Amino acid sequence: MTYTQLAFVGVGIAVVLDLAVFRTKLLGRRVFWVSYAIVLFFQLVTNGVLTGLRIVRYDDAAIAGSSTPVDAAPPFLGDGRIAFAPFEDLLFGFALVVLTQVLWVWLGRRSVDRLPYAGPPRISLPGAAADPRSGLSGGLVAGGGD
Amino acid sequence: MSHLAYLGVLAFVLLGSAWLEVVLRARVYARPRRMLLSLAPVVLVFCLWDLYAIAAGHWSFDSERTTGITLATVPLEEILFFVVVPIASLLTLEAVRSVTRWQVGDEPAGTCVDGVRLDDSDGAP
Repeated sequence: MTYTQLAFVGVGIAVVLDLAVFRTKLLGRRVFWVSYAIVLFFQLVTNGVLTGLRIVRYDDAAIAGSSTPVDAAPPFLGDGRIAFAPFEDLLFGFALVVLTQVLWVWLGRRSVDRLPYAGPPRISLPGAAADPRSGLSGGLVAGGGD
Repeated sequence: MSHLAYLGVLAFVLLGSAWLEVVLRARVYARPRRMLLSLAPVVLVFCLWDLYAIAAGHWSFDSERTTGITLATVPLEEILFFVVVPIASLLTLEAVRSVTRWQVGDEPAGTCVDGVRLDDSDGAP
């Protein structure tokens, strides 16, 4: 199989594992998509370095676009590439992140190191929900639930 | 030094995400058993994918900018990538939970109202 085919299969498997097998249903949660957006930004940066500097090179038989040139950087955008990297890398990264987080949440549900929970932050951030344990703002919470 | 280029990218990811554990109290490293059990299948599956992709010629690595250390045909850097990036993704997920208090799905029933965790006990006596 080509990388293009494998990347779509990888995303499909990750989605099925989340929704049907482990039933963690992270893909339906705001917390997943906000954290994925942050991860995606840094993935574009780090993958852009790895592929733009040609530390990793790709073969055109495996990807939708052209091979990484021998003596020049690949296109930043276009020819199947986004920030130097084949778009397939975004699917690969998505499958990697979803699989990890599904296992993490599933293990938590099974009470494997469920505690201590995350938070509260040591610093206060704009848009952050109030900590109900602080006793300052009762049940009024910016940001709300899922 | 250029042999450390790929490792340098990984160090950026590792150090760039570690502050989430300390400042936002993501508590991923604080739950090591859960972290390692989450990572093990991921590292295995993605190393197998890498093994296949390298054998099939899907991608290759610049020998001038990697250490040259490999396990079978998989570069050390790739194996570390499948550890460092998933950890960073867990730190991000838990950091978002820490800041927003949105539910992730592992909360015991009855401990959350409107997404706010009222009780940090595990429900066990």
